[in-house]
Amino acid sequence: MHPVLRTVLQRLGLGLLTLLVVSIIIFSSLIFLPGDFATAILGQAATPETVAAFRKELGLDEPAIIRYFDWLRGALVGDFGTSFSGRSGGSAGAVRQVADLIEPRLYNTLFLAAMTAVIAVPLALTLGIMAALYRNSWFDRAVNAATLTTISFPEFFVAYILMLFLAVKFDVFPSLANVSDTTPFGERVYRCMLPSITLTLVIVAHMMRMTRAAIINLLASPYIEMAQLKGVSRTNVIVHHALPNAWAPIVNVIAFNLAYLVVGVVVVEVVFVYPGVGQLMVDSVTSRDIPVVQACALIFAATYILLNLFADVISIITNPRLLHPR
Amino acid sequence: MSTETDQGYSAAGEVGAVRARRTMSENIWRGLKKAPPTAWFGMIVISLYLFFAIFAGILAPYGEEEVLGAAYLPSWFDADKDFPWDPRFLLGTDQLGRDMLTRLIYGARNTIGIAVATTALSFGIGGTLGVLVTIQRGWFDQLMSRFVDVLMAIPGLIFALMLLSIFGSTVTNLIIIIAVLDATRVFRLSRAVAMNVVVMDYVEAAKLRGEGLFWIMRKEIIPNIMPPLVAEFGLRFCFVFLTISALSFLGVGIQPPTADWGSMVRENATLITYGSATPLFPAGAIALLTVAVNFVVDWFLHKTSGLRDEH
Repeated sequence: MHPVLRTVLQRLGLGLLTLLVVSIIIFSSLIFLPGDFATAILGQAATPETVAAFRKELGLDEPAIIRYFDWLRGALVGDFGTSFSGRSGGSAGAVRQVADLIEPRLYNTLFLAAMTAVIAVPLALTLGIMAALYRNSWFDRAVNAATLTTISFPEFFVAYILMLFLAVKFDVFPSLANVSDTTPFGERVYRCMLPSITLTLVIVAHMMRMTRAAIINLLASPYIEMAQLKGVSRTNVIVHHALPNAWAPIVNVIAFNLAYLVVGVVVVEVVFVYPGVGQLMVDSVTSRDIPVVQACALIFAATYILLNLFADVISIITNPRLLHPR
Repeated sequence: MSTETDQGYSAAGEVGAVRARRTMSENIWRGLKKAPPTAWFGMIVISLYLFFAIFAGILAPYGEEEVLGAAYLPSWFDADKDFPWDPRFLLGTDQLGRDMLTRLIYGARNTIGIAVATTALSFGIGGTLGVLVTIQRGWFDQLMSRFVDVLMAIPGLIFALMLLSIFGSTVTNLIIIIAVLDATRVFRLSRAVAMNVVVMDYVEAAKLRGEGLFWIMRKEIIPNIMPPLVAEFGLRFCFVFLTISALSFLGVGIQPPTADWGSMVRENATLITYGSATPLFPAGAIALLTVAVNFVVDWFLHKTSGLRDEH
């Protein structure tokens, strides 16, 4: 077997194993719930029969291992059970499926993340290459200082500054990103502009600094010196000689930052009242709606793990030393 | 040679003689004089924050939870003819009519205090375990490392949200949950740096001498891994501080009526849509402190490791 293929397969196997263990952790969090939980959810007025029925529905009368596999089997086909909310009245009609709550919001969140990625990745690469090209110039210093500052800002600070200036003082973009299923594409992009600029500012810094560092790191190697001695222009040295070897760390940091979007998106969705999974999760944490929290956590964690896995695989298959073994 | 030994020659004594020419405070001052302006800025800002945090009770004009006037009075920045500025409240009042400036000052104590406690706990757990596994190796190391790998595969804020929904949002839970989650990063770093120290001959010698596990840890390993850990403490503090602020902002962190910057942003957020800058004060306070700490850490890393971009 080709060594690259073997490494990639090993990495994929390890990733799937991690995913499995993470799902166990997320599931077993239910065990730590206080004992009178069924009563707390159903309200004081619930009869002992209702409480018993609810406990049975949660499966608390079965061993945890069986419940885990039931839950996992459901999760794999997108069925996360039923939400705790709307139960206190005791009416069965108000019970909602977790999947129905999540599905439309998942699309919104993915839309916001994709839109941010489309803006942020080319921007970060361009800035990073420019900073490496004109390193130690005023441009480099300015970009460096600006990115170091945006890294340290909390997301909601950036978000409210943008909202204050771009939405309230100068009416460029809407301050709240309220979209629905029927919002046309152009309108949706326009309304998501502020959240997406916020996220861009938060993630561009890391990607740009990494691009710059990865390229500059290579500039000390002998083959770059050779190219310079041959009389290759500055731009060509960086774009044609340094960049191809810098791809692995750059792709790695891009994937890592896209994974970071998963976390950043929670705060930004709340600031702009954007109907995404992040906001649903925060609402469910406040109301202690555990099935929804678990489902959201599993979705976020899976996205995060898969993106990191993807980054690893990319850096393995772009490594020339592994691709062409002696 | 032998005569010197007889007279009680010691290498430490000789090195000490050279060292003693400068006192410790002189050495610190020499280092500080070489610090770049950004680091100076950072240090001054951090000392100001600490000053306000420690003397909050004396400096704050009113009580932390005292309701003094109408809600949402404008700050000095936003006041105009329609909304005159009340000279009693420099930064206006919040959603319940409490003085914004007072809450900001008490917020420094609460927010920074909780973040420092969390970071210290996370270093206590992560650092101790990280160094322990390097001395103890074997199955213990494997078990801990794999466990940490799995925990780190879950995004921190998401995991914290999930755990808070189960255990409930109290300050104690918040500190423990975030400290444990953050300890995974500290564990990784301290394990990595301690690994280089634990293979040294003097550690081997101490083991052969029959020194105990904790003695070796305290006297041989920890002093040698301090610089990277100190820098990491600054970075982890920023991270913990931002996480706690984010959780408070989301309403599941530090609970009212405790003055805390994250929740203050949340409570006054609606004012933004009327063009008021009030919610930006607590948010800016968070941002400024993280920037300051980052500047100092940046300089410290540069100084201790000679980190360079080129060549």
